[in-house]
This record gives sequence, structure tokens and C-alpha cells, in this order.
Amino acid sequence: MSRLTGPNIQLNELGQLHHFLTIEGLKQQHLIEILDTAESFINPNTQEIKKVPILRGKTIMNLFFEPSTRTRTTFEIAEKRLSAQVESLDIETSAAKKGESLLDTLWNLQAMQTDMFVIRHAQSGAAQFFSQHVAPHVHVLNAGDGQHAHPTQAMLDMFTIRKHKGSVFDLKVAIVGDVLHSRVVRSQIQALSILEAREIRVVGPKTLMPESPEAMGIHVYHDMEEGIKDVDVIIMVRLQNERMTSALIPSEKEFFKLYGLTKERLALAKPDAIVMHPGPINRGVEISSEVADGPQSVILEQVTYGIAVRMAVMSIIMSNAAQLKQHRAEQASLDLDEPHTLNAMEEANS
Amino acid sequence: MKLVILNGRIIDPSQNLDQVTNLYLSRGRIVGMGDQAPEGFTATQEVDATGKWILPGLVDLQARLGEPGSNFAGSIASETKAAAAGGITSICCPPDTSPVNDSQAVTELLQRRARQASTAFVMPIGALTIDLKGERLSGIYSLKQAGCVALSQANTPIRSALTLKNALEYTSTQDMVVMLRCEDQQLKNGGVAHSGPVSSRLGLPEIPSSAETTALARDLILVEEAGVRAHFSQLSCARSVEMIADAKKRGLPITCDVAIHQLHLSEMDVLGFNSLFHVSPPLRSMQDKQALLMGLKSGVIDAVVSDHTPLQKDEKLLPFGESMPGISGLETLLPLLMKLVQENDLDLMTAIRCVTQNPAKILGVQRGTLDINQPADLSIFNPEGIWTLKVNEMLSEGQNTPFQGWEFIGQVEQTFFQGRSVYRKNQV
Repeated sequence: MSRLTGPNIQLNELGQLHHFLTIEGLKQQHLIEILDTAESFINPNTQEIKKVPILRGKTIMNLFFEPSTRTRTTFEIAEKRLSAQVESLDIETSAAKKGESLLDTLWNLQAMQTDMFVIRHAQSGAAQFFSQHVAPHVHVLNAGDGQHAHPTQAMLDMFTIRKHKGSVFDLKVAIVGDVLHSRVVRSQIQALSILEAREIRVVGPKTLMPESPEAMGIHVYHDMEEGIKDVDVIIMVRLQNERMTSALIPSEKEFFKLYGLTKERLALAKPDAIVMHPGPINRGVEISSEVADGPQSVILEQVTYGIAVRMAVMSIIMSNAAQLKQHRAEQASLDLDEPHTLNAMEEANS
Repeated sequence: MKLVILNGRIIDPSQNLDQVTNLYLSRGRIVGMGDQAPEGFTATQEVDATGKWILPGLVDLQARLGEPGSNFAGSIASETKAAAAGGITSICCPPDTSPVNDSQAVTELLQRRARQASTAFVMPIGALTIDLKGERLSGIYSLKQAGCVALSQANTPIRSALTLKNALEYTSTQDMVVMLRCEDQQLKNGGVAHSGPVSSRLGLPEIPSSAETTALARDLILVEEAGVRAHFSQLSCARSVEMIADAKKRGLPITCDVAIHQLHLSEMDVLGFNSLFHVSPPLRSMQDKQALLMGLKSGVIDAVVSDHTPLQKDEKLLPFGESMPGISGLETLLPLLMKLVQENDLDLMTAIRCVTQNPAKILGVQRGTLDINQPADLSIFNPEGIWTLKVNEMLSEGQNTPFQGWEFIGQVEQTFFQGRSVYRKNQV
């Protein structure tokens, strides 16, 4: 399976984040840096998120090829708290069907002095596709691509877990619901495994489980009681309506009977287990109101932390870019005698 | 013009021949072979092929030639030149043109263009149903009269089992081969990648193997009932190979092919989301790839095709799932086949037979052979010399190849079509 991890195109020559496209292939140090930086944006006394001038003078363009309210709003808030200039565009995918027009849109927006794109798109791999076609100094941040990845959501979940459990290390985590179609779950699984959770379980009917769970390093349970027994963290996944219309499950009611998180079931997990959900929740479908509003639920905290984590990712990427520029300038001055480095020097001076 | 090709190693599976000798061509036909020229033959031109191989012109059962319509890149002129560069001199073009080749007019247009280009023998495949919609039958007899060598639905299989049953029964009385691509559209469900570890990790919409095998099971039963001669196109699954082997054992008059890229690539190649690896049927598992290769070795799979699909650059400049599937494959069919021989995956005779004698036999045409009195379609192949595939040097107007940068040993130096030189390396 070694061929499954290719060269990581989201890292620069110093091994630092240049884009943020997926959790896959990142090292523990990358994730820890994001979590620590996010922590620094939260006032320890009031739990409020600070406004900082880190991205003053930078332009961030939020490109949403797929509708979203929550993710887009938290990104916008995060960008504004970093003092960036923010533009958001909803792009009808129908208007951008042909390859050239899709890239023309991107290049036009890039020409408006954009430093970073935050992109959501219905196709798996779309964020990577855009990252391969932007100018070298422009950054791409994946806000969800098809069923592939949603790395900032996964990081805010890791942040929430760490807040409550001190660390992700050695935890037993159960993810319940539609694993097959979920980009969030794919990213969560990768993050949990990089941060060395002890066991990652996924729970749900066979129709909502991926074809090859072993390739993802997860254990599949079709029985809810068994699946959440003795776990430290339960992550409930939102069930989309189209799963019923495409005959993957019979009804919301039956799903709740089999996999809904009730107080009785929650008692099977560790007594201090936390309950998470990327929201918005379907009460009585994935989770009972009693649990969603109960003491073990951390669902609303996740939303707040989402802002801090997105601020962390954007500020890290911009600071990496500055470091890279400096690194290149130093390299160029070291090679001063070499005539072929003239170009590099000019670049560094500009 | 009387041409003699001297001292080439002549490899012709149709005659079980592998021998160094001379080949004599006259008036577009092969007139003799051996150290002695046929009686009355005085060469007006000589080609020295010492150290080279002489191969029958390849017969490709599926290559899109870009005409008519704008679905694909290129034209009959450009794509037959690309074919010649790959040693291919006979080409079946599927009916998914625009307009669809479901009428005499389109068939005749294709033939006229092919005659103008005069670089390869173009054999149109007629649409089994009008506009490939899978609803009403095309004028099958008219298509045959116009010169269609076979019928197919290209990449859009007939959904209705009843319509397919009728189409097969009707065709069975017309002595024509029906080419079937097996894919259940409902099981495909908009998928773009083989369902396996790679699709699980990348979150690409999945095409299960059962999309092919359930359709194949249905089609095999209907073919048996109708008693029609059927050819199954571009198999991709290990299970399909088993099913074909069983059906052949039962004595069904069937044949099948595989696209050359399925013998070199697998789902693993999709990992980078590179849309150049987006093909239909999808690249499947390593086990499927091995089974296809074994099927070819054992003779269960009869032919290898390029499945040439030249695309505008635009069509691949999209995220994986939105890009058009397909590879521009005419120029890599023979090199990739030779690579299998060099890697000891396939013996030379079988490799050449799968792209000459066998496909010609499937179509019932006198091509893909160097036998006396047959059209002088052949290529001179230099078995030595390492070269690298460079997209900008390709003759096809479709530059959509995932094989850019691959190193190959051996290359076509010159191709003859009906006795005329239609391609010479570095002298296009």
C-alpha cells in the first residue's frame, strides 16, 4: 500500500504547508502546529477569539461552487478576525462547465491580487486541481471537495477532542453514520490516525460503509451497541436526505432505531465520553435531543473552535510563505558568486 | 511500382511465420516472400530491413477518428496518420460520432474521408439503435450495405433487455457481428473510479465490478438465445474473463477484447486525481489487471485495442470526475504491447496475433496478414533503440495520454498502406 501516499503537493520545499488540501500525508508536527496556533487565538479567560492583524493587506477569495452557509460564514469570520480583505463568490457550476472557462474564472480572480483561495466544490479532487493551476505564490485552502476531504473541519474536531481529553493519543473513537459519502469522515479518520488514536471505529449499515475499510485503517461495526462500547469519543455524522431516496437506508425512523444516539446507548461508552457532530444536527434521526443538549455534548463548542482553527491554518500558511521567501533570499546570497543565481536574487529583491 | 523489402524478420501469426527473408510488393499487394523473387518480378525500389522486423499492419477494433462532429479532437486525416505512426493500418471507428453513425449517409461520409486521407483502411461500425438511444433499431441491412463491418452501441449500452433481445435476434439474420460494451448504468450510478481502496480513500464516486459483470451475464444469455455472433468490447474485470471463458467452453460464437491501457495501469494510478487516468471502463485492481493478462495469454481474450479517444485539451482540464474519460492511444498500442513482451508477460507471437490475425478474423476481413495476394499493409519495426514518449511529438490531435515520459524499446520506422509508404519516422 506504499504507493497510496504520493509526494505531498501541499507542502513547500521546506516541508511546510503551502496549500491545505487534505490531511492525508501530513506529519504529526503539522497537525500539532495547527492545534497549538488555534489555541493561541482563544483568550484563556473569556474563551473569546481575538482579532489580530496577521493578514492585514492580504486578499482572500472564498469560492463556493457548492452552497454552504456554515462553513462559508466561519471562514469569513476567521478571515476578518485576521484582518484580511475578504471576498466571497458563489459560482454556479453550470456556468463553469468547460475546462477553460473554469480555469479562466480562477485566473481572473487571481489577477485581482488574490493571495489565497478558499474553495468548496462538488468534485473530489477539485481543490488539488485548482492548486495545480494557480500561480506559485497563491495558496489554496480546501473547504470541502466532493466526498474527498474537508481538512479544516477535521482539525476543528481534533481541537475539540484535545480540549476535552488533553490529547488524541490512545483514544478510542467511534464515528457513526454515513461514512461512504462523507468528506468530513475521511479527513477525520486521517487526522485521528496521524495523532495516534488507539482505535478508529465506524458504525453504520453496509450501504453507508466504504468498499475497502482496511485501506483506511478503520474497524467497521454494523451494531451500534457494540460499536460505541467503551469509546472515549462518539462522532455522529449528518444523514443526508438523498440516502433515503437512493434506497441506501429505508427511513429516518429505522435509522434512528438502529443507529440513533440515545441516552441509553451513550451509557455504553466511557462515562466521560464526549459526543460530537459536525452539524447541523437532525434531532431524532442521528441523535436524540436529550443527548444533543446533554452534558456530554460538545456540538456547539465545535462551531466556535472552527473559527480559531481556520484562523490558525490561514496564518500558518501565510507565515510559511514569508519564511520561504526569506529562505530563498538567504540561499541566493550564499550563492552570490555563482552567476546562474542572478534570477533568484532578483526574485528575492523584488 | 515493385518494391522489395530485403532481409527483414517477418513475423506473421496468420501464417505462423517468424523468418528472416525478403518480401515482394506490387500494385498494392503482397506478391511473394522468400530469397527468390517471384517470376517476372523486377524490383523498382529496394528497402533494406536488415535487423528490422516486418509486421502485418495492425487492426484496431476501436479507435475514434474525430469525425464527423466535435465530440472529439482530430480528423480522419490526422488520426489515421497517428495510426500509421503506430503501425496500425486498419481501424474500426465506433458509431459515437456526431451525428451518430446510424445511417448510410454517415457511413459513406466516413468512407469518403478515409479514401481522401488514404492512410489507413477505415471500417465504420454502425449504431445498433437510432442515435444510440437504445430504443429503435437502426437500418441494420442498410448499414451493412453501406459498408459497416459491425454494429455497436459504443459506450452507451442498451438498457432495456427486451430491446437488446430484439436487436440481437434481428441482427442474427444479417450475418454481422455485434460489439457489446457491458455496463449497467444503474450500478454505475454516475461513478468515475473502480470501487476499491483508492476510491475509498479519495472519495471518488465508485463503479463496482458488478456494473460490468451483471450486464455481461445478461448479454451472454441473450446472445446465446439469439444465436448472434457477438464480440465483447473492453473488458475490465477478472470475473468477466472467467464468464467469457465459460461461455466459450459452452460453444458460444463469441470473442472479446481488452484496451491496452488496462494491461499496464490500475486503480493505483488514479491516486493523484490525474484526469488523464480517467477512462471508461475504469482502471481496476491489480488482480483484475493480472487476470486480463492471463486471459490474453490463454486465448480467452482474442484482441487488444487502443480504444483511442482523442480529446480537446479542455476536456481534461477539469477535476477528475468532470473530465471526459479516454486516452489518445493509437501511437502507444504497439509500444505498450511490446513492453509486455519485453517484460515476459506475453510471447511475441500472441502479442502480434491479438492486434492482427485475431481482430481481422472477428471482423471477417482480409487484413492483418502478410499472405500472398493480400493488401500490402505492413510496418517496418526497429526492435532496438530506446525512446521516450513526448506529448508534443504525437501526431494525434488528442494529446491526452497518461504515458507521457514512458520509455519504450523499439519503434515503427516505416508503415505501408496498400503498398504505399504512409509513414516514415522523422519524415512526417
